[in-house]
Amino acid sequence: MEWNIEAGRPVYLQLVEQLELAIVTGALPAGSRVPPVRELAAQAGVNPNTMQRALQELESRGLMQSHRTAGRTVSAGPEQLDGLRRQRARALADSFWKQMQALGVSAEETAALLRAAAEKENV
Amino acid sequence: MMQAIYQAKGLSKQYGHKTALDNVSFEIFPGRLVGLLGPNGSGKTTLLKLSAGLLRPSAGHVFIGGQEPGVATKTITSYLPDRMALPVEMRVDDVVNLFADFYKDFDMVKASHMLADLKLDPRQRIGTMSKGTQEKMELCLTMSRAARLYLLDEPLGGVDPAAREYILNTILRNYSEEAAVVISTHLVEDVERMLDETLILKEGQVLAHRAVDELREESGMSLDEYFRHVFRV
Repeated sequence: MEWNIEAGRPVYLQLVEQLELAIVTGALPAGSRVPPVRELAAQAGVNPNTMQRALQELESRGLMQSHRTAGRTVSAGPEQLDGLRRQRARALADSFWKQMQALGVSAEETAALLRAAAEKENV
Repeated sequence: MMQAIYQAKGLSKQYGHKTALDNVSFEIFPGRLVGLLGPNGSGKTTLLKLSAGLLRPSAGHVFIGGQEPGVATKTITSYLPDRMALPVEMRVDDVVNLFADFYKDFDMVKASHMLADLKLDPRQRIGTMSKGTQEKMELCLTMSRAARLYLLDEPLGGVDPAAREYILNTILRNYSEEAAVVISTHLVEDVERMLDETLILKEGQVLAHRAVDELREESGMSLDEYFRHVFRV
């Protein structure tokens, strides 16, 4: 899994976001086993305690489950995944729309551009 | 309650009239990765030398596992000095054997793996290696011990960015809940993602001892930016 940690924001929050994204996109599929804390921490180049805290946060959100002997698994259900996906999509749309506004592009034009982009992808 | 593995109480050190450390107190607990930061001459190396038992305090105390530096603390402290201290005339395998003889907690298997990663020929002499390779080798030896406290004095200074990554990764992969790691460095940006805490020294005094994520959240700055901000000339 790819990690991209920026310097300015708490590492813990960024780990939670990126793990969540990995679950939504299927990089860490539902039901799969989560690699050990130490392994994930070394991959991301972050402190194991911070990684541990991020994984615990995902557990408390019900996205992961920890088993006494068998480590952790991704326990997110289809509804929860869908909710997360929509939440992410809305956030992306909001920020995209803000950038278009800054460029002075109208809502109609933005919609048309998006449609065109989607069609280009389909060809 | 958990006991601090590493503790200073009113620790001071004077070299003649010059005060290098001035009434420094802190507690560091097992399982923590701590960045010891501060500009040149702020007392980082002096603190680590006092802790490794190479210097005696002028006042105050330093405790490792509850004891002042001495024979007992050296068995649980793995110290990487600020200058390369391996005998240049020795070969890689000689030095490994020397460490294994010297330290009961030295893990031969771990050391061999790490040295193989570095593609070091066991018969190569230390003196024929590049400075970067010597530093990597010394770090591998330091991290091959199962110590309770690792004191690393500027392990990143003389090496290229790729080697830095290898060194930081080695430190992370050797992480243990039983041990604390203290890393002194100027390369704040390179280490800040992996730290739990930072202990910042300024002119021999503790300027801050904080959880790094907390500091980032409060200041809205990276540790590197915070450091530059605090020490702006």
